[in-house]
Amino acid sequence: MSTEKSQTKAAEKAARYWKTNLRYLAILLSIWFVVSYGAGILFRESLDTIEIGGFPLGFWFAQQGSIYVFVILIFVYVRWMNRLDSQYGFEED
Amino acid sequence: MENVQIWTYVLVGITFSVYIGIAIWSRAGSTKEFYVAGGGVSPLANGMATAADWMSAASFISMAGLISFMGYDGAVYLMGWTGGYVLLALLLAPYLRKFGKFTVPDFIGERYYSNTARIVAVLCALLVSFTYVAGQMRGVGVVFSRFLEVDINTGVVIGMVIVLFYAVLGGMKGITYTQVAQYCILIFAFMVPAIFISIQMTGNPIPQLGMGSKGTDGVYLLEKLNGLSAQLGFAEYTQGTKSVIDVFAITAALMVGTAGLPHVIVRFFTVKRVRDARKSAGLALLFIAILYTTAPAVAVFARTNLINTVSGKEYSRLPEWFSNWEKTGLLAFEDKNGDGLVHYAADPQQNELHVDRDIMVLANPEIAALPAWVIALVAAGGLAAALSTAAGLLLVISASVSHDLIKKVFNPNITEKQELIAARISAIGAVCVAGYFGINPPGFVAAVVALAFGLGAASFFPAIVLGIFYKKMNKEGAITGMVVGTSLMLFYMLKFKFGLFDGGKIAVEGLKSQWWFGISPEGFGTIAMLVNFTVSLVVNRFTKDVPENVQAMVENIRIPSGAGEATH
Repeated sequence: MSTEKSQTKAAEKAARYWKTNLRYLAILLSIWFVVSYGAGILFRESLDTIEIGGFPLGFWFAQQGSIYVFVILIFVYVRWMNRLDSQYGFEED
Repeated sequence: MENVQIWTYVLVGITFSVYIGIAIWSRAGSTKEFYVAGGGVSPLANGMATAADWMSAASFISMAGLISFMGYDGAVYLMGWTGGYVLLALLLAPYLRKFGKFTVPDFIGERYYSNTARIVAVLCALLVSFTYVAGQMRGVGVVFSRFLEVDINTGVVIGMVIVLFYAVLGGMKGITYTQVAQYCILIFAFMVPAIFISIQMTGNPIPQLGMGSKGTDGVYLLEKLNGLSAQLGFAEYTQGTKSVIDVFAITAALMVGTAGLPHVIVRFFTVKRVRDARKSAGLALLFIAILYTTAPAVAVFARTNLINTVSGKEYSRLPEWFSNWEKTGLLAFEDKNGDGLVHYAADPQQNELHVDRDIMVLANPEIAALPAWVIALVAAGGLAAALSTAAGLLLVISASVSHDLIKKVFNPNITEKQELIAARISAIGAVCVAGYFGINPPGFVAAVVALAFGLGAASFFPAIVLGIFYKKMNKEGAITGMVVGTSLMLFYMLKFKFGLFDGGKIAVEGLKSQWWFGISPEGFGTIAMLVNFTVSLVVNRFTKDVPENVQAMVENIRIPSGAGEATH
């Protein structure tokens, strides 16, 4: 009985961990989509009316900005997941 | 020019000795070392190796030139070939590392509890990798022939011998550490000329900023280039010519394809822990981004430079580099109206200048009058880029044959020692086939690179993502999805890229108006991927449930702890 209980408890814990992970993914992938497909492609023309330095803004997102954001997104993910792992005691070694 | 020759021999000689030295130092003694470098590679080393693995001769030599002729549209490559790493880091790498096997077909075979699924995956992996590696070996030959004045075929053979040496001896272990060295060489070789030229043209040493700065005449560089392009009848540089839906589809196909390429995925099996897999994906993208954010700047500098130097100028008074590169056939001038001036225009009737896109990177140091050692450095960098990618692909091919086919399907009783021998023999075989295609390139090499990404997107990506994020995904659904997605991609490619059903290549131009949703074959991977997802989910609904033990396995790979090391 008690092992059964601890098993369901472990399963619930794993499910909560997974749910938080999915929430992180949803947030990060939304940003991923908005900077590249949004700013760099779909809304490029209207953003191009704004100029930053010599760059039309939409063009900048398409050829520079989205790449910087991609790098940042992965490192944010690394931080969030490492924190989540230690909260749940799921870290390795 | 002779000075350049000597420098090139010296630099290429030094870098090749380094690769061979690393190969001898890192001989593989077990299948685990051969397939996944023993599973103990540090995140930093894996990040660099992944970056070198990823950036091929095409990224190094051709991409900046390609962008300089595409303008805004070049964004499909810039975003497409970087954004995939976000998908890889968030959706695939950590879980595949936790799963902890040797190859992508390994995952597909076990997750979908079926050797049929494994074999379908092996066929896709072989198709993608051979497609890709042929272009790399050709790239090695081309770089050799341009800088060392040997025959292209001799260049291919030299490249084969070097790759053979460290891939067969060291397996993944040898490849990993040579790729680390190759990354350092190629990024240095790419950045040095870019920085010099940025300073010359804008006074700003950072090319990424120089691109948006004012030139020596006080006009913003991009503004000036827009004006020059319009004058010559081209589209404005920051505008491009592709339709929004096509740009969208191509970008998505390249991103998803990147995340589905086996030679990239397999790099994440080589690190020790799940957290290392996440971190090394971030580092890999950082290292890639250095080149990928510089390339569009190089494109702008090179195009402006080219137009300013040659357009409307007297042919007899052009600088020396022009005639140097005319000899290679990469630049050509045909005085159609006989006035002795170079007319460069968008209209093919009037245009008198042929420019090969590769020249934008290869000739850049000469155009900017940089010292001989910089020119030699570009040669060494181009070779590093081509060799590192070729080696990574060859390993996927040899592991697919020795591990997925021989060990897992045909002869499970094979000993570790025999498997290692089989792996080495497959690697030798793969090098020979790649070399053959390098010497006798099939005319469709350039066209099939897009197919490789389309296939990665249409076959592996949905199967792996569903395998991780949807516990109840069964084998019937996944296999049907992969087969339908891949076939559809092949069909579209054959119809619209090769004109196979409408009388051959000449029909391709006329078929453009029939593209489904106005999407080019390059972007069709996105549609094929969506079809794969849909078919998988529908078939899944009407077929048997997934066994309990497989569902438990999926739950297990979702949690990092207890990752263990990569095992059989």
